[in-house]
Amino acid sequence: MSDATAIRSGVPDLTRKPGERRALTDKAFTTFLWVMAVIASVPLFSVLYMLIAKGGGKISLSLFTELPPAGFALDGSGGIGNAIIGTLVMVGIASLISIPVGVLGGLVLGLIAPDSILAKTTRFIAKMLTGFPSILAGVFVYAALVIVMKTYSAVAGGIGLSVLMLPTIILTAEQAVRMVPQRMKDAAIGMGCTPTQTIWKVVLPTAIPGILTGIMLAVAGAAGESAPLLFTALFSYYWMSSLFEPTASLSILIFNFSSMPFEAQIELAWTASLILVLIVLIFNILSRIVGRKRV
Amino acid sequence: MTMTIDPQATELMKNAGITPRSELVAAIEADVNKIYYGDFLAVRDSHIAIEKGKITGFIGPSGCGKSTVLRSLNRMNDLIPIFRLEGSVTFLGQDIYAPNIDPVLVRRNIGMVFQQPNPFSMSIFENVAFGLRLNRYKGNVADKVEQSLRRAGLWEEVKDKLKQNGLSLSGGQQQRLCIARAIATDPTVLLMDEPCSALDPIATRVVEELMLELKEDYTVAIVTHNMQQAQRVADTTAFFSVDISKGGRTGFLVETGPTKELFSNPKQELTRNYLAGEFS
Ligand SMILES: Nc1ncnc2c1ncn2[C@@H]1O[C@H](COP(=O)(O)OP(=O)(O)OP(=O)(O)O)[C@@H](O)[C@H]1O
Ligand SMILES: [Mg+2]
Repeated sequence: MSDATAIRSGVPDLTRKPGERRALTDKAFTTFLWVMAVIASVPLFSVLYMLIAKGGGKISLSLFTELPPAGFALDGSGGIGNAIIGTLVMVGIASLISIPVGVLGGLVLGLIAPDSILAKTTRFIAKMLTGFPSILAGVFVYAALVIVMKTYSAVAGGIGLSVLMLPTIILTAEQAVRMVPQRMKDAAIGMGCTPTQTIWKVVLPTAIPGILTGIMLAVAGAAGESAPLLFTALFSYYWMSSLFEPTASLSILIFNFSSMPFEAQIELAWTASLILVLIVLIFNILSRIVGRKRV
Repeated sequence: MTMTIDPQATELMKNAGITPRSELVAAIEADVNKIYYGDFLAVRDSHIAIEKGKITGFIGPSGCGKSTVLRSLNRMNDLIPIFRLEGSVTFLGQDIYAPNIDPVLVRRNIGMVFQQPNPFSMSIFENVAFGLRLNRYKGNVADKVEQSLRRAGLWEEVKDKLKQNGLSLSGGQQQRLCIARAIATDPTVLLMDEPCSALDPIATRVVEELMLELKEDYTVAIVTHNMQQAQRVADTTAFFSVDISKGGRTGFLVETGPTKELFSNPKQELTRNYLAGEFS
């Protein structure tokens, strides 16, 4: 039925016409998008597959409780316990520094003084820092801390990671705080909140899902970093006994062991990679979950 | 919170030079000479008394400054940096714009319901309990929350989902939640800026009944575009208009009087024309 007859008869034709040009272009384009999506996910899944295939076999309790073999441990024993602890401790130190500073910074940028010179400068630097080569964070902390303290340490490693986490947390916290509608702040003031109460009782609780999302993403990113730890925490074959000594981490263990000529170490590097990916994945998923709780 | 002040105390207060609350007719007396937003003169020459235990309605064409005047009664306009008031607003005899007055305390005594529903992103229960916690309420919070929700005509709809986020309610329910939140703390005066513009006729009736009930204990000032609503609830009505003669758009109070009188027999030409337009 042509358009003209449809108009004449008064009943527009609404049935599907699969052979029509518009329908065909639509089909072709959708198919194209699917193919591209599959191609894009091939590297991702092949990495995951390889990690599970090569590293999955070694997952056992001793992996978490034992130290890595120092030289040629040909029996295949040994674990990565100290590297897991080192990564967790250093990411913890970095979080301790960057979460409070970042959230308060985001509050200043998004709410307290969004147009001040301080805020504009901070925002600019933070945006620049998100694209900062991570190895420079390591070099910076090496120069500022490691040389002064005369030792590589977990503290230096944590500070190096915090340099990378801070901009992400500041910028996401700013966005989250900005998303709190003015109406809600008006309501708080109207109820007789002081400006401080407005922030603590209304703005922060409302923005918390967004802030947490940013924190989780920053933590996931930091856990996977190796460059900032290279010059700051170095590595260690022993259990950590203080925060002021060279400290092992998963990412540096992978870096070191994957280039060794021994089978046991190479296998451990694969397993460590799998564990690291799982840690990063968990924080990414957590960020999704807390982010979704928004109403 | 009906004030029953015993005669002896009244006598004592009088001797001490304090006017007892029960003898003040007006809860709020606004003497606005000029209100500016930056250079823009928004309202001029408006004297308004919000009488105790009564409902005062503000009517008038859009942009005539009803919200502006209402928001200056509890210093909500402090949030707007370019806002400037010349004149005075007294609340139970105290000038709320005096330098020694804490605007936070003013707002705790003079509550506000906004035109757009604005519940907090927290549970329905916590929304209503918010002001109670803020004021460190000593009584039973849960009872007070239920009572406030009942008065706002929302209890039956939400009693099974008090833990749900307030933002999950419909627009009209949200507005009644905001009303419950505002009355939970028993403010002396309640300011309402077009509280029913988001409500359907049934919810509107509920809110109107609530207002009539509230005025036994509180004082209410309400901005409304709905002339029938003004006639149904307001004891006193204030009619504002816009003066466009001098190039600007400055609002001012044309006349104020008992609602019946103002609607049936307005003294001013402007009022008569406006009402004629509204009812034609
Ligand atoms: N924050 C503000 N900054 C600058 N001008 C403002 C501000 N708020 C209101 N005005 C101006 O003040 C005048 C009065 O506004 P107001 O909101 O009080 O009017 P209204 O009578 O409440 O109107 P409506 O019935 O449409 O709500 C208007 O000309 C408006 O443009
Ligand atoms: Mg208005």
